[in-house]
Amino acid sequence: MIVRQLSPWGPGWSTPTASVAQMRRDIESLIERLNGATGNGSAAGVFPPMNVSEDRDHYYVRALIPGIDASQLNVSVVHQTVTVSGVRQSSEEQGVSYHRKERAEGPFSRSVTIPAAFDGARVEAKYVDGILTLTLPKPEAAKPRRVTVQAS
Amino acid sequence: MPTDKTQELQTREPLGTMTEATRPGVLLTPPVDIFEDSNVITVLADMPGVQPGQLKIDLYDGVLTITGHAAAREGSNEVPIVGEYPAGTFQRSFTLSEAINQEQIRATLKHGVLSLRLPKVERAKPRQITIQTG
Repeated sequence: MIVRQLSPWGPGWSTPTASVAQMRRDIESLIERLNGATGNGSAAGVFPPMNVSEDRDHYYVRALIPGIDASQLNVSVVHQTVTVSGVRQSSEEQGVSYHRKERAEGPFSRSVTIPAAFDGARVEAKYVDGILTLTLPKPEAAKPRRVTVQAS
Repeated sequence: MPTDKTQELQTREPLGTMTEATRPGVLLTPPVDIFEDSNVITVLADMPGVQPGQLKIDLYDGVLTITGHAAAREGSNEVPIVGEYPAGTFQRSFTLSEAINQEQIRATLKHGVLSLRLPKVERAKPRQITIQTG
């Protein structure tokens, strides 16, 4: 249903839900500007943002840590907790004038607990294109095993 | 005409992001450091997951646009447990106040950080003109 609406923003045709939709767009763009403009953190507001996933044989932890030397990166494993820490070097140049400085720098440390046990001795870590990928193998007992049913 | 307006209302799809998206997917804004000295403007942009082949740098009419597609690294049979960041396309545009020597632009992408070196056009040096008398 189209109604003619007289609003503070001027007369015009609109649907009853148009003002709600417009409000939603305004809030979304405001949040986008707050989150996206900094872009450093995740929705959790910590650094680095991480994605954790699993398949049949492994758990995977992927952390976004752009612009760091692999030698400055520390990965340690205790029971079911993985800790990623390091230092993002300050790239502050001397004798220049800054227009913007949005990229986070300094030391960071973040731990994530994996829902089940994994083989801590066989964890692999790779750092490619600014993404640290940890591959955590599941122990054999955790993998689904088919049981044959005997018919008597 | 009321009928024209209703057509418009029904078909218009609002853009939810600051920059226009021309491909489907999430549009991300990369954080940047921009600084300059007397000769060169430097832009550093965090674009993790972007490979050099997926990076595009455009300078047109004084507007610099950097675009980089970061594909999802998750395998097709991986089940997500925690998802804090999406795959998507990084994009950001800047209006450059100074004239840039376009042939001398240098871009490097290392560890997911784009480093863009934009040398300024050399200012014309003032030339003294001697005045002849007589």
